[in-house]
Parts: sequence; C-alpha cells; structure tokens
Amino acid sequence: MSEVKTEATRDAYGKTLVELGKENPKIVVLDADLAASTKTADFRKAFPERFFDMGVAEQDMIGTAAGLAASGKIVFASTFAVFGSGRAWDQIRISAAYTRLNVKIVVTHGGITTGEDGASHQANEDIAIMRAIPNLTVIVPADAYETAKVIRAAAKFNGPMYIRLSRIKSPLVYKDESFAYQIGKGITLRQGKDVTIIACGIMVAKALEAAEELSKQKINCRVVDLHTIKPLDKELIVRCAKETGAIVTVEEHSILGGLGGAVAEVIVENCPVPMARVGIKDMFGESGKPEELLVKYGLTAKDIAAAVGSVLKRKK
Amino acid sequence: MPSKEKVLELKNIAQKLRQHIIEMICQAASGHPGGSLSAADIVAVLYFHQLKHNPKDPKWVDRDRFVMSKGHAAPVLYAALAESGYFPLKYLTTLRQIGSSLQGHIDMLSLPGIEMSTGSLGQGLSAANGMALAGRLDNKDYQVYCLLGDGECQEGQVWEAAMTSAHYKLDKITAIIDHNKYQIDGSVEKIKNLKPFGDKWKSFGWNVISCDGHDVKAVCEALEEGKNYKGKPSVIIADTIKGKGVVFMEEKPLDYHGKAPTETEKEVALKALCQIILDKDENK
Repeated sequence: MSEVKTEATRDAYGKTLVELGKENPKIVVLDADLAASTKTADFRKAFPERFFDMGVAEQDMIGTAAGLAASGKIVFASTFAVFGSGRAWDQIRISAAYTRLNVKIVVTHGGITTGEDGASHQANEDIAIMRAIPNLTVIVPADAYETAKVIRAAAKFNGPMYIRLSRIKSPLVYKDESFAYQIGKGITLRQGKDVTIIACGIMVAKALEAAEELSKQKINCRVVDLHTIKPLDKELIVRCAKETGAIVTVEEHSILGGLGGAVAEVIVENCPVPMARVGIKDMFGESGKPEELLVKYGLTAKDIAAAVGSVLKRKK
Repeated sequence: MPSKEKVLELKNIAQKLRQHIIEMICQAASGHPGGSLSAADIVAVLYFHQLKHNPKDPKWVDRDRFVMSKGHAAPVLYAALAESGYFPLKYLTTLRQIGSSLQGHIDMLSLPGIEMSTGSLGQGLSAANGMALAGRLDNKDYQVYCLLGDGECQEGQVWEAAMTSAHYKLDKITAIIDHNKYQIDGSVEKIKNLKPFGDKWKSFGWNVISCDGHDVKAVCEALEEGKNYKGKPSVIIADTIKGKGVVFMEEKPLDYHGKAPTETEKEVALKALCQIILDKDENK
C-alpha cells in the first residue's frame, strides 16, 4: 500500500493567510486566544499590526470583525468551531450576516476528530446552526489543497462566510491546487452509476476509500465533494439522484441538520430516492484519539460501505 | 463650546425629534417611545453639532461614526437622519410597516447613514471598536460614538467590548450611556443593579464623564471632553429621564417602554412638544 500524504486543513489556512496578507493590505485577522491552534499565529508573526487578539471573548470578536469590515477591511476571525459558531451565534446573525459584511469566520477543530478534549470541544452541530442563518455562506473543505483554494476565494468573495476546518492531519484528496474551484459548485471526484456518496470535509477521503472497496464488489459509486453546504449545489444533487438513483451523505457532524439534512431537503422535494445519512447520531462525543472516535461513532469507510449497501437494497 | 444660539437651536431640534418619535410610533401603533425620548437630546447634539458627517455622502471615508447600540431607539435615529437630510421626512411615518426601510430595529442596509445593524442588545460597542481599530490602521482621525442603554449594560458582551476598547487604548471611542434607569421589567436597580456604574467603567480602564443628558450644553461639553481625552476610551454616563418631554410617560416610564400612546395621548404629547423653546425659557 502506497503511503497516503496527509496535511491538516488548519495548517493550509495559516499558510494561505500569510500569502494573502502579502497581497492585500485590507486583510485583518482576529483570534480569540487560540492563535497557535487555529494557525492564525503565522499571520500574527508576519503582520503583527494587522492582527488583533480579542482574548477569550468570541462574541466581542465577531462584533469587532463586523466593525472592521464595515470600515472596508476583509476580516478573518478564527477560533475553535464550537465557539466560533454556537458561542457567537447571535453576533454572527445580527452583526455579520444581517449586515452582509465581509466577515470570514474560519474555525478549526470541527467535528469529533478534535479528539482528546472531549465533547465540550467537539463541534458536531455547527453546520446545522450556521446554515440556518440567512446570507451566510457555509463551507467545509475536503483537504489542505482545497482549503487553500477556499481561503483565497473567501478573500475575493464579498460577504460573510463560515469555513470549517479540522484539527487532525487528513489525507490529501486533490493532488495539488491546480483544480478549478468555485464556491457553491460541488466537485465530482469519482464517476459511478449505482449510488452517489456525497461528502464534505475530511470524510471525502473516507468516501473515496469506501468507493474503492465497493468497486471490488462491482458496486459502482459516484463520489461528490460537496464542500459548500450553503448555497447548496441543488442542480448537482438532483442530477446525481436521477442518474444514480440512491444517495449516501457523509459528514463529521450530527446527522441532524448538516450536510445530510441539507441534501435530504433537496432530494425530498425534487427527486425522492433511497437515501442514508452517515454522521454522528444525535449524541455528544467523548474524549479519545481521533481515529478511535471515528470508529466508535460510525465514521469509517466501512460504515459508509454499509450505508451504501442499505440504500442499494431499497433501490428499485 | 456651542454658542447660546446653537444651544437654543439644539433644544428645538431635540423637541422636533420628539415630535417625530411620537408621530412615527403612533402611526406604527407600536415601538419604543420611552427610550427614544430619553435619548433625543443626545442624538440631537450628535447629529446637529458634534458629528463630522455629510448627508449627501453617507459613506464619506473621514466621517465620524455613530453606532446606536440600543437598537430599539430606532425612531430617534430615523428622525435625526431625516432631519439631517439623509432621506425625506415623509418616510418617517412608514416606521414598522411592511415594505418600509424603517425597520422596527436598526438595519444598516435599508437606509443611508446607518453604520451598524442592531436590535439584539449588547452588540454595538464591539462594532464601534472595530471601526476605531480600522481608523487607526488607516491613519484616520474620525471619532466613533456608540450609544448604549443602561439596561443593555447587563449584557456580557458590553463588558467584553469595554475591555477591548481599553486594552487597545481606543481613545477615538466615545460611549454614551442613556441612563434612564428603567428597563422593560422594572427599574434597572431592582432588576439587576449596575451600581456602582461609573466605578465599573473606571475599573475597566475607561475615562468616565457624567452629565445631565437633557442639558444640551452639558452634553456638548461632555462629548468634547471625551473626544479630547487621550490614551483611554471615554464613556459619558448621561443622566436621563425615560419618556422625557411627555409628562404622562415620564410619570409612568414602565408603561411606555415598548408601547405606542393612544390617539388622545398623542394629542396631549404633541401639544407640549410643539411649543417652541425661546431664549427666555428655563426649560432645558
């Protein structure tokens, strides 16, 4: 077996932010006492005058970001996903989203692979609560290369965004940054006709792994990297439902209201086909090593393959 | 300092804003008269004396910023914007009606001249800090004013923001507290006491100024003092009366926090507010 190359999406964020800082003096970065973990420390080192640590005060951070953005700055505000979504939800809703300001909330430590810190630090509900806010674009990149593309796109995009990254080193899905990336347009990574696996974040790599295994049983899986949860690529989802007749969604998030919920809404209204959601059941996580947690909470290639099996049985 | 004539003019503008507030809220049959009336003198001084602004160029980069953090006092801001010429006065009576740009709480995207959307209390000072930081980065000289309610200061975010202003030595920030001493459920003192209020701000690293929030000359002086103070943000605790200018509201502030007066009450209120204040009047 060949060595799989890995990189944490948060590392790609830190590097890209420094590059952007060189190119665009309007970029300002805020953090809430987690700069070393979110990797905004790279920017702090390169551009100390354009970095502001807001201390342990996420609500104030989002409000400050809104004020900077209202004065023409492109603001990246970072913390862990739990705090950057839930703790500051109302500030994101009113100060950043209602105002359509250029606030890019880039959070790390999304999902259960936050690991040892335990349930309090594992954001398994953030996608659901963020995508419920009007005007807010929600993105979960699949790997470090895509993260770099997303962060660059975010700096050019006019409006508020929530971008969710991971703590752990995860497999590189793309071979480099040469692929075309567009906010709101899913990317089909593998063609197939029996079922479509729609995934986001670090689960895209797991989806590809499952598809490879299933191909040995002559099950032909299409795999889509649906990085943008909002606005959702409805056209692509409906096409996949029509062409493959079954859908499995995969996310490192609660099965309630996240990618699976969003895709289900589209499928039900436009092209009902058998569907299964792979994600964390409606429960809190716990401390443990990321890989152990992925196994315990049903987020492995094996779990995806089982879900594919279940929808294929229901497929006419 | 403002001339005698200016002071008189500001007093009359404040009364005009109060008339608009009553008319708008009665037309809408909903809204927050008490906290709009208490802030009328402060807002009149800001828009017609203190703020460096240009209604013909609302996005002028060097303008002073004003953030109305107590977003339920939207009527007084709308009245000041209209009287300043940001939009025609005739729109004022569309307050809170479907399709109107005059939203129940402040929406920066629906009207010119508004710096920040508010309504969920406690958020304005953080945004004001962001504007001040941007001004510092851009070597701008503008001042950022932020008006808060006293009840609003029960929100934790206000104190997070207060720490930020002080930590970054944002002396271009002037916070003004419309200290009318009442919130929806009762007196601020009874619901959740803020005392010692000035000491709290002082201990958070602010320069604290107190003034009578209905004495326009005193408000002018306090704003000037705040603007000129270096090295620390300044907060003006403006002593005000909820429902100021409408006697029956002043007497029963709790009945008029978020309720429109009746048609009869409106006539009574307007009759008093339409009196032009003359030089000889001692009326503030």
